[in-house]
Amino acid sequence: MSWLAWRQSRAQTMIVLAAVLAVAVAAFASGRSDTTIRLWLSVLAVVVPGLLGAFWGAPLVAGELESGSFRLAWTQDVSRARWLAWRLAVTGLAAMAVAGLASWLVTWWAGPLDRAGLDKFGSFDSRDIVPVGYAAFAFALGVLLGALLRAAVPAIAATLVVFTAARLAFRLLARPALLPPLTWALPLDPSTTGYGSSGFLPLMPPPSLQPAAPDLPNAWVTSIAIVNGKGGALTSGELASACPDIGRGRGGGPAGGSGHVQAPQGVVDAMHDCVARIAATYHEVVTYQPASRYWPLQWEELGVFLAAALLLAAACAWRVRKIG
Amino acid sequence: MPVDNAIEASALGKRYRRRWALADCTLTVPAGQVVGLVGPNGAGKTTLLELAVGLLRPTTGTIRLRRRAGFVAQGAPVYADLSVADHLRMGQGLSARWDARLAWRRVEEAGLDPRQRAGRLSGGQRAQLALTLAVARRPELLVLDEPAANLDPLARHDFLDSVTRAVTASGQGMTVVFSSHLVADLERTCGYLILLAGGQVRLAGQVDTLLAADNHARSLDDLVVSCLREAAR
Repeated sequence: MSWLAWRQSRAQTMIVLAAVLAVAVAAFASGRSDTTIRLWLSVLAVVVPGLLGAFWGAPLVAGELESGSFRLAWTQDVSRARWLAWRLAVTGLAAMAVAGLASWLVTWWAGPLDRAGLDKFGSFDSRDIVPVGYAAFAFALGVLLGALLRAAVPAIAATLVVFTAARLAFRLLARPALLPPLTWALPLDPSTTGYGSSGFLPLMPPPSLQPAAPDLPNAWVTSIAIVNGKGGALTSGELASACPDIGRGRGGGPAGGSGHVQAPQGVVDAMHDCVARIAATYHEVVTYQPASRYWPLQWEELGVFLAAALLLAAACAWRVRKIG
Repeated sequence: MPVDNAIEASALGKRYRRRWALADCTLTVPAGQVVGLVGPNGAGKTTLLELAVGLLRPTTGTIRLRRRAGFVAQGAPVYADLSVADHLRMGQGLSARWDARLAWRRVEEAGLDPRQRAGRLSGGQRAQLALTLAVARRPELLVLDEPAANLDPLARHDFLDSVTRAVTASGQGMTVVFSSHLVADLERTCGYLILLAGGQVRLAGQVDTLLAADNHARSLDDLVVSCLREAAR
């Protein structure tokens, strides 16, 4: 069975491995200088687990059901369970290896940036060990959806949708709570606090005071809040009453900012006074995961996705046993 | 005297969603014979055979296989991307009693190119490959589901010949169950007949005995047709 399992995934594994190696050669040849390659590497490492899950996982059982070859494979001396175990192991490990290789390339590229204390968490999803967990999860998900839907093409689409949803949900809801974040209270600095809004366009929050990012090398800052002594957040009403002129069609960058367009000195002074008035009762609270949490978070996320992959694989075994 | 059966089914039923493909079917397939399973399209032949080899699970009743079976499914499915030689390698890996020499000899006799991808074989060649995979496992029971249905007359003739030769070569009384909706296919090869219609067994027995018992029937074809007419009433 080991031979058949490898024979059936040999061609696809070789093709994808060759493609990833070609990207690796291009990356090494450019010596980390070509930012276009860096961008493509990151995209590759992010999308590879989902694509492998969809295009390798979904047809694994569904393709056999569609072509009828399961009638050949499942009537030999090897049980369905063994057949599935071998196929899951061989193709699943190949998917994990490819994802690991892509991830290793991103990690290699990011090495100097990490040492400079830049945004290590910014590429958390596409480097080190978590992509291997994503690949295992996406693959098992693909196999299960294929076995449930009994048709490869709908299963491919469903895998991409469900995997993306699961990843996003985990990224937004679960990862920040995997380890209780640290908080850091510090006074509001009138010379580095600006006014405006930030965020995705469709979900633009109303303009508010924007303290500059604190100096926490390689940390993952999950939120920056402005609160008073009792823990109450600064409301837009309070802000408006403390600084009635704020945001009235005039620029409001941080007082010490070095933007391309320097606001008139009067605006800068007004902003500084405003923040100073607020700072009398309010301070800044930064919620973050320090750089030292990077590896614990990587391991925990890997563990969660690998455990989910094993559960999905068990569901595949149950489903395949029930077919017929 | 204990009866030696290859397959025993009791009150067997299989429902697909709302339709019963097979209902309350009780039958035995005697060992050591070439058994023809005949019936019109939709009679439940494929369902019965797939229940026997464990591809389907019964909705009601039981079916017991008393022999280690080799199976050729309807349409003789193979892996289009794998070569003929790959298939033999696969058979070896998946079988507990693989006879590699027999497999290679059969491939040669059927004139198959070992390097040819199975997806490019003709229907007759594909059926021969599928039969080789089943026979080389040295089964005690060979289950063939409409193996000749889509073959041209020459390929069908060669295929049935191959089955007969495989039975002779096995020497130790291999049982063969062979389904078809063409009585002519069975007449040449089968000693025992089971007639299935509407998910029920209508007739079962030695061909000779069945013909002798029915004094109106001049041929197996007549017998089957008159029995089906009766069942339709």
